[in-house]
Amino acid sequence: MEDAVLVKNLTKKFGKFTAVDDISFSVPQGSIFAFLGPNGAGKTTTIKILTTLLDKTSGSASVCGHDVAHHKKVVRKSFGICFQDQSLDDDLTAFENMDFHGALYGLSKSVRRKKMDELLALVDLSDRKKDLVRNYSGGMKRRLELARSLLHEPKILFLDEPTLGLDPQTRNHIWDYIKKLSSDHGMTIFFTTHYMEEASRMADHIAIIDHGRIIENGTPDDLIARSGAENLEDAFLKLTGESIRDDGAGALDGLRQGMRVWAGKK
Amino acid sequence: MQATYILWLRQIIKYWRSKPRIFASLAQPLLFLVAFGYGFGPVFAKGGGGSYINFLAPGIIGMGIIFSAMFAGIEVIWDRQFGFLKETLVAPVSRFSIALGRTLGGATIATFQGIVVFFLSMLFGFKPSHISSLPLLLVAMFAIATLFTALGTAIAVRMRDMQAFPIIMNFIMMPLFFLSGALFPLEGLSKGMTAFIKWNPLSYGIDAIRGLLSGVYHFNLTTDIWTIVLAAVIALIVATELFSKIEA
Repeated sequence: MEDAVLVKNLTKKFGKFTAVDDISFSVPQGSIFAFLGPNGAGKTTTIKILTTLLDKTSGSASVCGHDVAHHKKVVRKSFGICFQDQSLDDDLTAFENMDFHGALYGLSKSVRRKKMDELLALVDLSDRKKDLVRNYSGGMKRRLELARSLLHEPKILFLDEPTLGLDPQTRNHIWDYIKKLSSDHGMTIFFTTHYMEEASRMADHIAIIDHGRIIENGTPDDLIARSGAENLEDAFLKLTGESIRDDGAGALDGLRQGMRVWAGKK
Repeated sequence: MQATYILWLRQIIKYWRSKPRIFASLAQPLLFLVAFGYGFGPVFAKGGGGSYINFLAPGIIGMGIIFSAMFAGIEVIWDRQFGFLKETLVAPVSRFSIALGRTLGGATIATFQGIVVFFLSMLFGFKPSHISSLPLLLVAMFAIATLFTALGTAIAVRMRDMQAFPIIMNFIMMPLFFLSGALFPLEGLSKGMTAFIKWNPLSYGIDAIRGLLSGVYHFNLTTDIWTIVLAAVIALIVATELFSKIEA
């Protein structure tokens, strides 16, 4: 089976800071893949490269068989994404947010209107579609983003912490939609989360990234067995350590980078 | 094409929904019109310049245009902050068509603001003596609007914090506006000032508006229109080029 995502020796540097450090992994088509790691580990940077928002420093990455650096347009058509922080326009209605998305992806008016009705019904927002998004709750916004990301029928869906800050009810709802998409349409799901229980329940495959490197890769059961832990949360803590991380390229990262350079010289 | 249209439409919808913004951006030009127009009117008349309001109004129309245009351009920062920019950057359309739609949307709004200021200034005593060509007047206004929306976009692409906005206003907008002939006649000025005014594209835009509404030009209509259109096209190219290099 073809890989939906194929990453080889991917590296991304911001100045002297290495956010993603020579990582390689693949995601089989149709699978649900969890990309885990502490804050600032390099998850979002990797997703940004896979979704053509950032250019890599070296290595290669392809999505649905197309290189993300050279075939941006084909790649962009093939995926849908829900970002970590919202990307809706608050001053527009849900309907307009969806409609504009469809137009940007080149769908004709009749096709997108029909699809929009289906998807807004799927996420239970049909009767609120004329409301401005600024009046939506956090959970409604997340559902709308999910519906919007599916409008152009992507082959792969990137979800960067799709359930962050949501109540258990909404989280379950969202996961029901996602699982349905995966089983009914064979859609590949690539998601990040800080809820280990969620990852071990939903994912077929897991990769754990820390300090920009992939440190473990396999099925949830493999990971738990290999680390000799009771559950994924313990396994995760064993693998990545107990210390608290700063987000992004903070002072600690600089220090770490310095130590790595120093260790390399030795 | 569809992407350009959609992003243009988005600007128009957002503008129309934000009534406070419409009124707030009309307040400043009107304040200038009233304070300067009535304040300097008697001196201007004594100096033999005729009606100052009639002289000033085209400059104030220009002011209405450039401030809303610049504001529309700067919206790139807002969209980056509130996330919508990413939504457009992952879409399978060229960055050029995105930037073009945004800029033309902003320019359309700014032109509309200019038209509103034009009618409002007539309420305050502005009497256009000689309306020679309405289409050319619109061309001049739209070119000024495009130039400044593109300028705003170009600056916003390179900037991440909204706090810098007032600084841009003070260091870029104000000199361009004050030294454009919007407020005073360009005849008999010092050499340095004349040189700056000559290189300021807004001078030609204001001169075109004033000439088309009064029949009196400092430069001439052909020079005015070509200069401002050319400046707008160059700014548009630079802005779309910078925008296409954006990384989220």
